[in-house]
Amino acid sequence: MALDMTEIDRRRAVRSSWTFERVLVHTVLVVFVLIALGPILVVIINSFKTTPAIFGGPFAPPTGDTFSLAGYGRVFTRGNFLLNYRNSLIVTTSSVLLTVVFSTLAAYALVEYRVRIVPFLAGLFVVGVMLPIRLGTIPIIQMMVALHLNDTLLALILVYTAMSVPLGVTLMMTYFRTVPPELKEAARVDGAGEFRTFRIVLPLVRPGLAAVATVTMLPVWNDLWFPLILAPGKGNQTVTLGVQQFVGQFLNDYPALLAALTLGAVPLIVLFTIFSRQFIRGLSAGYGK
Amino acid sequence: MIRQSTARWSLFLFVLPALALYGLFGIAPLLTSMVMSLFDTSRTADVFIGLANYVYLFTQPVVSARFWNALGNNALYFTIHVCVEVPIGLLLAAFLTSGTLRRSEGIYRTLLFIPTTLSVVIVGFIWRLIINPLWGVVGFPLLGTAATALPTISLMGVWEYFGIPMIFLYSALIAIPDDLVEAARIDGATPWRIFWGVKFPLIVPQFGLIVILTFIWTFNGFDLVYALNGSAPGPNYSTDILGTFFYRTFFGSSGQVADLDLGATVATVIFFIMLLVTAAYFWLVQRRLRAHVA
Repeated sequence: MALDMTEIDRRRAVRSSWTFERVLVHTVLVVFVLIALGPILVVIINSFKTTPAIFGGPFAPPTGDTFSLAGYGRVFTRGNFLLNYRNSLIVTTSSVLLTVVFSTLAAYALVEYRVRIVPFLAGLFVVGVMLPIRLGTIPIIQMMVALHLNDTLLALILVYTAMSVPLGVTLMMTYFRTVPPELKEAARVDGAGEFRTFRIVLPLVRPGLAAVATVTMLPVWNDLWFPLILAPGKGNQTVTLGVQQFVGQFLNDYPALLAALTLGAVPLIVLFTIFSRQFIRGLSAGYGK
Repeated sequence: MIRQSTARWSLFLFVLPALALYGLFGIAPLLTSMVMSLFDTSRTADVFIGLANYVYLFTQPVVSARFWNALGNNALYFTIHVCVEVPIGLLLAAFLTSGTLRRSEGIYRTLLFIPTTLSVVIVGFIWRLIINPLWGVVGFPLLGTAATALPTISLMGVWEYFGIPMIFLYSALIAIPDDLVEAARIDGATPWRIFWGVKFPLIVPQFGLIVILTFIWTFNGFDLVYALNGSAPGPNYSTDILGTFFYRTFFGSSGQVADLDLGATVATVIFFIMLLVTAAYFWLVQRRLRAHVA
């Protein structure tokens, strides 16, 4: 009881007064928010300005005189941005979808069935969370060439799914462990087969599906290594690779560079802001074990 | 109860798609790389040559000098990340969970994590534009000087990724039972004492884990350096790390012929460096920490 009282008192104190502690915490956090967002804002603001204005006053917002969309115009006419977006969307959604489906199936079985090989299989996936898949790049290239998949989006999808499945399985196992066994037993008593039982349990782990999807999405969208090596052709470039190549070509065209960077950055910032809760939950649950 | 034969079959079918892809494009290529490093595959028939590729890597003057240079640079790259990024993450996580924030906690958490969602390519270019002497914000060619180039790139990486240790340590800190902290508060402990005396000892295992994950990620690094400086990262290889060195061996670059077997050898060496350090950490440090906490 006494503890409850202090808790209430403390909450009241926190809400009403600006203590030194509170001012300090807010000040430090605001400073770091400025450090984190400042450079991004500088790039976005300057992407809407003329070249002289970019160099004349980098931190000034665009005015009537200095506002210009010429950079965006050059990005769309000289770059392949729409194609790059399409490729990134295909690769990312396919990889995320396959990862979510395959990880969920595997994790369900690894939690559900008591077979001697299960600890070994589960361990294989858990270790995979830390495994540097990139170091196997040379055999991956050779395999893709043998399968006639070099320079295709499918090659990227296969590798990214393989790369994401370990974290997906590890995460989903933690969610399936929270499902009450009675539910599955009841389903089986009613005559449901194993796949039907899985379907019945699935709605209970929906937060896990969202967590896996968001954690998988970012590294796939942002990767440079595999697009560079497995799908470098003009028609298959992802946004990350497209931006990299574009910047290499237009080194001195600041408005176009800033526009390209803005186009590369903004979609992910928006997506992350919407899904940040699921993302953060997934990240901490996946590695925290 | 499920019959054992049903369980075995179901396990097989449920796990198969995930295991097949992970095995085929994840595990098998890593193992194949190790095997390849023992062969000469450049002729019509593969020839077993034992450790000749390793001997070449460590004794050929130019190649071995580049390798040690890249390893040393990578060690510095990792050290800067651990010494700057992890403490920043800890500080922010501590402040986010200090109990003084209400609704703003989630907003700060999201805003601070935004750089982490960006592609390293974009991060690299954003910073290159900002620190370009042409633009005049910074007057000194930080990337063009051998002594400052790698620390500059490392700090760009820190700027992008401090959100990761922050979120890790944040989720460890919010998992601490309230009554422990409350008890200390009633005893009159200051926030500083509560953090270092009560909270931090409880999250030491996660703190160790983020250090080892940072090690794995930085030793797997490539994108940021390549985006800024290409595959032969200058000035004069001062920003060359293992990822770019590995890329050059199998992809080739100006002045270097592509060599798949040597590439597989380099990959295997990097893999064993990571394996040894990670294994040593888990055996020597993490096990003791868990025993201590339990």
